[in-house]
Amino acid sequence: MARVLIQFAHPALSKSKVHSSLINYCRNINDVTFNDLYEKYPDMFIDVAAEQKLLLQHDIILFQHPFYWYSSPAIIKQWLDLVLEHNWAYGTRGNALVGKKMGCVISCGGGPDTYQETGRNRYSVNQFLLPFDQTAHLCKMEYLPPFVVHGTHRITKEELMRYAEQYRAILEALVHDQFSALDYQKVTYLNELAPSLLTTK
Amino acid sequence: MQETFFFQAMVYLAAAVIMVPIAKKIGLGSVLGYLLAGIIIGPAGLKFIGQEGTDIMHFAEFGVVIMLFVIGLELEPSRLWRLRKSILGTGGLQVGLTAVLVAGLALAFGIDWKQALALGMICSLSSTAIVLQSLNEKGLMKTPAGQSSFAVLLFQDIAVIPMLALFPLLASGEIAPATEGGHHSANVLDSLPTWLQPIITLGSVAAVVITGRYATPYLFRIIARTGMREMFTATALLLVVGIAVLMTTVGLSPALGTFLAGVVLANSEYRHELESDIDPFKGLLLGLFFIAVGASIDFDLVLANPALILGLVFGIMLAKLVVLFFLGRSFSLTRDQNAIFSFGLCQVGEFAFVLFSFSSQEGILSKEITDTMTAVVAISMALTPLVMLVNEKLMLPRLTLTADVVEDRESDLVDEQDSPVIIAGYGHFGSTIGRFLQANNIRTTVLDSNSDNIDRLRRMGYHVHYGDASRHDLLEIAGAAKAKVIVIAIGDEEKRLEMIETIKKHFPELHILVRSTNRYDAYDLMNAGILHIYRETLDTSLRVGIDAMTLLGHRAHEATRAAKMFFMHDERTLKRLSAIRNDDEYYSAVRENQQELSRLIQADRTATTLRVDEGWDEESLIADNGS
Repeated sequence: MARVLIQFAHPALSKSKVHSSLINYCRNINDVTFNDLYEKYPDMFIDVAAEQKLLLQHDIILFQHPFYWYSSPAIIKQWLDLVLEHNWAYGTRGNALVGKKMGCVISCGGGPDTYQETGRNRYSVNQFLLPFDQTAHLCKMEYLPPFVVHGTHRITKEELMRYAEQYRAILEALVHDQFSALDYQKVTYLNELAPSLLTTK
Repeated sequence: MQETFFFQAMVYLAAAVIMVPIAKKIGLGSVLGYLLAGIIIGPAGLKFIGQEGTDIMHFAEFGVVIMLFVIGLELEPSRLWRLRKSILGTGGLQVGLTAVLVAGLALAFGIDWKQALALGMICSLSSTAIVLQSLNEKGLMKTPAGQSSFAVLLFQDIAVIPMLALFPLLASGEIAPATEGGHHSANVLDSLPTWLQPIITLGSVAAVVITGRYATPYLFRIIARTGMREMFTATALLLVVGIAVLMTTVGLSPALGTFLAGVVLANSEYRHELESDIDPFKGLLLGLFFIAVGASIDFDLVLANPALILGLVFGIMLAKLVVLFFLGRSFSLTRDQNAIFSFGLCQVGEFAFVLFSFSSQEGILSKEITDTMTAVVAISMALTPLVMLVNEKLMLPRLTLTADVVEDRESDLVDEQDSPVIIAGYGHFGSTIGRFLQANNIRTTVLDSNSDNIDRLRRMGYHVHYGDASRHDLLEIAGAAKAKVIVIAIGDEEKRLEMIETIKKHFPELHILVRSTNRYDAYDLMNAGILHIYRETLDTSLRVGIDAMTLLGHRAHEATRAAKMFFMHDERTLKRLSAIRNDDEYYSAVRENQQELSRLIQADRTATTLRVDEGWDEESLIADNGS
């Protein structure tokens, strides 16, 4: 069993169909905590002590947010800057997060084809996410492949539904420790672990 | 009984100190407290004071003079000019109609026409002291009712002058002029030729205006430079007393003269200083005056002929009430405002005492009539605070509900039934909240008890309802059962607690957001079980703090975050201290205050919550990498 913390950030959730649907699917899973950062800190004034306590209570930390300018909305950066303190999260005496897992759950307007050398965005999603990868590494955490919802500009209801079900299945699998380190190494996106999971069920 | 000055002073002060707080506590208002104190220490009660009560009354009438000076200070010339219509219109008609009506009644009872006319004129006057003091205390001065009352009272003060001039013509010769007593000696003008008299009178008024306008600011500047506070007070008193003497000498009302001086000084930079220096004198002298009125009620006379006296009191007050109500209607006061206006002014005023003694001197009215009428006037004055109280508690609730909410304004209530937000109190605090919500298309229902404010807002197209928001029925009509949130933005702390009690009892689902004056008020609100408390000056003060830090060279963002941390810390400490405070109830308020202040400072020094954002601090990182 593992406890999952979803650090959610969307400054205009009332305008986002994708994240509203994802949230509906993940909100009521046992051992998954949903932490709505923009709702909790509308003025970006993050309560560092409370956030650190929350981190200690969970094993897997997921940042769920739209892929703004190839990165996260501002509050996630603010959160990283303030909460991951030296000698707490990293540094010689910073061992609070050792052994935990960290990953990203993002939504991008462009399709998978745009995120490659010949595409409009020239680099892959995983390349853009390198700062998160390295942050996890510096904090002695294990970095997970991202869960990505592509092509949100033209997504259909059915596609969105499929993504949401995938997301839910993966979260439940994470809670129940159903993936091995090898599974993570095999895939680019976390999504890929979902079909097998859905069919076996 | 000791007749020394100190003993007298002690009796008066003790009576006031005991009775006024009691009267205030049980909601009777200070005027009634003073009057009761007077009755208790007077001839009818403990007999501490005897007949000298009347002399004290004449001395204490100076309180009225000072009061008019203070009122003048608060009334800029431009505002007075705007009031000219109601002063001349409402005031003139009130004096005229009441005088005619009362004189007519007196004639019907077989009194000679000259005496009847004198009585009519005397009874047309109301009590400036009682009415203005009561209206001020209830915070009604700025309402239409308050303004109309003031206009009428001002006209009456002016009307006393021609009355005094007219009275000698009414002397019938049948009644021998009284020789003893008489507080109004003939003024110096009588010895001068007739053509010179009006010139001197007008000249004195001009002198007051010109002195007030050009000389006094200069004088006050010199006095202020001495840096002696008591000199300033003395100068202010000298100014008022001087004008009173000048006016009495030329036969004008001293109250009117000082009022004029007050208006002239209303725009000067020393206005507030003057007001705060003069104010205690005004309050004490007025209190003394009310005590004297209470003490001067001749209960032997009343008991000898109770039916006549009470009949007269009732008859005169009713006659005045009818005239006032009719005037209020014709000058388009709303129903509730009209009730405040007419019930407030329906007594006979303190000038009646002056006019009675004057008319017995001149041989216009017989001693029996003046004695009886003096008792009637005193009783009518003593009844005024009671009448106002009855009006406020019994009449107004019905009037406001029927007049403003159910009948006239039902239509806009229907579509407002489902406003999610109710805002109670639409002053500067509440209106900002309302504008903000409306800018975001959130419908609000507004309740306010200042009808002046409401008319203005309605003209601007807001949906505002008149009414006391602590009343359950009014909240029901405003849709409290369907709303989600109620914002209590009224300024009156006690009223807020009353409202909270009503809401918790009848609409427990409603989220209550409450404005609070300061931290002590916030404690009370916490004890009342309120979660959302907003200290009205906290955010603004911190913004000033941020700007101060920024001007001292701190980075704006850091200062802003420091303020936010302080804010959160302060809210937390508030919660903690509110609990501690309950245990320390026995400490005096002063000690409490000091202790808490030092507790706060201590807490700030040791608080770990006030540390800087360490995530942005590189020192430990550099040290770590170096090792």
